[in-house]
Amino acid sequence: MNARRWRRRLTSGGMTGLVALLSFLAVLALVLILGDLVVRGASSLDWSFFTKNPVPAGESGGGVANAIVGTAIIVGLAGLIGLPIGIGTGLYLAEYGSGRLGWVVRFVADVLNGTPSIVVGIFAWTWLVKPMGHFSALAGSVALAVLMVPMLARTTEEIVRLVPHSLREAALALGYPRWRTSLRVIARTALAGIVTGCLVGVARVAGETAPLLFTALGNLNFSTSVLHPMQTLSLQIYVYATGPFDEWHRLAWAAALVLMGLVLLLSLAARWAIRQRHGAAR
Amino acid sequence: MAPPADARLQLQTVRLTALYGRRAAVKDVSILFPKHTVTALIGPSGCGKTTFLRCLNRMHELSEGGWITGKVLLDGEDVYDPSIDAIQLRRRIGMVFQRPTPFPTMSIYDNVAAGLRVNGRRPRAELDAAVEGALRRAALWDEVKDRLRHSALALSGGQQQRLCVARALAPEPDVLLLDEPTASLDPAGTQHIEELCHELKARYTIVIVTHNLQQAARVSDYTAFFFLGDLVELGRTEELFTKPTKEQTEAYITGRFG
Repeated sequence: MNARRWRRRLTSGGMTGLVALLSFLAVLALVLILGDLVVRGASSLDWSFFTKNPVPAGESGGGVANAIVGTAIIVGLAGLIGLPIGIGTGLYLAEYGSGRLGWVVRFVADVLNGTPSIVVGIFAWTWLVKPMGHFSALAGSVALAVLMVPMLARTTEEIVRLVPHSLREAALALGYPRWRTSLRVIARTALAGIVTGCLVGVARVAGETAPLLFTALGNLNFSTSVLHPMQTLSLQIYVYATGPFDEWHRLAWAAALVLMGLVLLLSLAARWAIRQRHGAAR
Repeated sequence: MAPPADARLQLQTVRLTALYGRRAAVKDVSILFPKHTVTALIGPSGCGKTTFLRCLNRMHELSEGGWITGKVLLDGEDVYDPSIDAIQLRRRIGMVFQRPTPFPTMSIYDNVAAGLRVNGRRPRAELDAAVEGALRRAALWDEVKDRLRHSALALSGGQQQRLCVARALAPEPDVLLLDEPTASLDPAGTQHIEELCHELKARYTIVIVTHNLQQAARVSDYTAFFFLGDLVELGRTEELFTKPTKEQTEAYITGRFG
C-alpha cells in the first residue's frame, strides 16, 4: 500500500517537473530573443530612427520611418481586405457550414492555412505584380490578406461555435430571423473573441517577409502610394541583416526590436480584449 | 347569451405527430388549450412533452431532422400553413426555456426590448413603457428599475429567468410556452415563477412543461400526461391528480414509475 503511494507521488512529481521544465524552455526561447533584441537594438533607438528615412550605404545615421509607415499601410490594407472576408467566412462556417459546401470551404481553409507564405507571395506576384507590370504595396497587402483569411475564418468559426445553443434558440423563439440571430446575438456575444482572433491574425502577418519579397519589394525612400513598391520593417530587416555593413546590422537589430514591439503590443491588446470578455461574462 | 364554445379556444393541436427523421417523438396528439388557462404537460423524461411544446411555436422544425404531421391551430388558423411565416408566429407565441438565457451582451433593458425592436423601430417612450410593463408583469420591475442599463448577467438565476419571462411578454404574445422554467431555480425563484403563472393567465394562454408534479398541481387548470410520445390522459388538474382514469397516470403520479 505504502509503496504504491510512494510510486504515485514520485510519478506525479516527476511528470510535474518534466512539464515545468518544458514550459520553461518554451518561455526561455522568447526571453532570449527579446533580451538579445533589447541588448543589441535598444542602443540604436533614438528619435531620428523613427523619423528619418534610410541614408545611402556607407553613411551613418538614418532611420526606418518609411518602413514603419509602410508596415502600417500594408498591414492595414491587408486587414481591410482580409478581416471582412475571414470573419464572414468564419460566421458562415459556424452558422450555415454543416453542408457539403461548408466542408469544402473548411478543407480549403485548412489547406491554405498550411500553405507556406512564400507560395502565397508567388501567387500574388503571378496575379497582381505581373499583370500590373511592377511591384506594389497593394500586391503585398493582398498576399498578407490571403494568409490572414483562413486563419481568421477558422478561429472565428471556433469562437462562434462556443456561443451556447440556448442563446440561438432564445433569439429564434423571440421571432428573430436567422440572419439577425447570427449577427445581433451570436456574433455579438462572440465579439470579444473575434476581435482577439483578428488582433492575433494581424500580428501574425505583420512580421511576414517572404510573401512581400516579390510583391511589395521594398523601397529605400518614403512612399505612401499603394500602387508602388513600399518598404516594411520585415523587408528592411532582411536587407539590412544580409548586407555587408556594420551600420546596417545595427539598424537591423533596432528594426527587429521595433517590429517585435509592435507585435507584442498587438498581442497585449488581444489579451486585453479577452479580459473584457471575461469581465462581461461575470 | 353565452359566446360559442369556439371563441374561447385559442390554441389546439389536431393529431399532431412530431418526428426526428423517421423516429416519432410525439404521436398523434390532439389537445385543446382554452384561452386564459394554464395547461401543464407532465411525464417522465423523454416522453415527448418538450418536443410537443416546441411544435407549438414551430421551434421543433429547427431541430436536426425535425418535422411534423397533423395540425397546430392558433385561433383556428393552421400555423404550419405555407402562408404563415414562422418568424411572425413566434412573435405571437412567447417561450421561456429551462435555463435562463439572457443575451449576455445586452443590458437588462435591451434584453426586454429585444423582441420589440426586432419587429421594427418604435418611439422611445413607447419602448420604455412596454419594457416597464413587461418587467412589472414578470414581477421584476422593483428589483431592477434602478439598473436597467446594467448587464443582464449581473442578476441572480431566478431574476434572470423572470427577465426571460419579461422578454417573452414584451411583444404581447397571445400564448406563453414555459419549458421547465423552474428546473434550474432555487425554491424562492420557483415560487416567484409559479405565482407569475397565476397572474399571467388572466392575459395569456399558458402551456408549461414540468417535471415537478406538485408544481403542475399548483399552477395548472388542465394537465396532460405524456408517456413514450403518447398523450395518455388529459383532464382538469384536480381530477387528473385525484381520480386518474388511466392506470399509467395513477402509477406515475403516485410515484410508482418515472
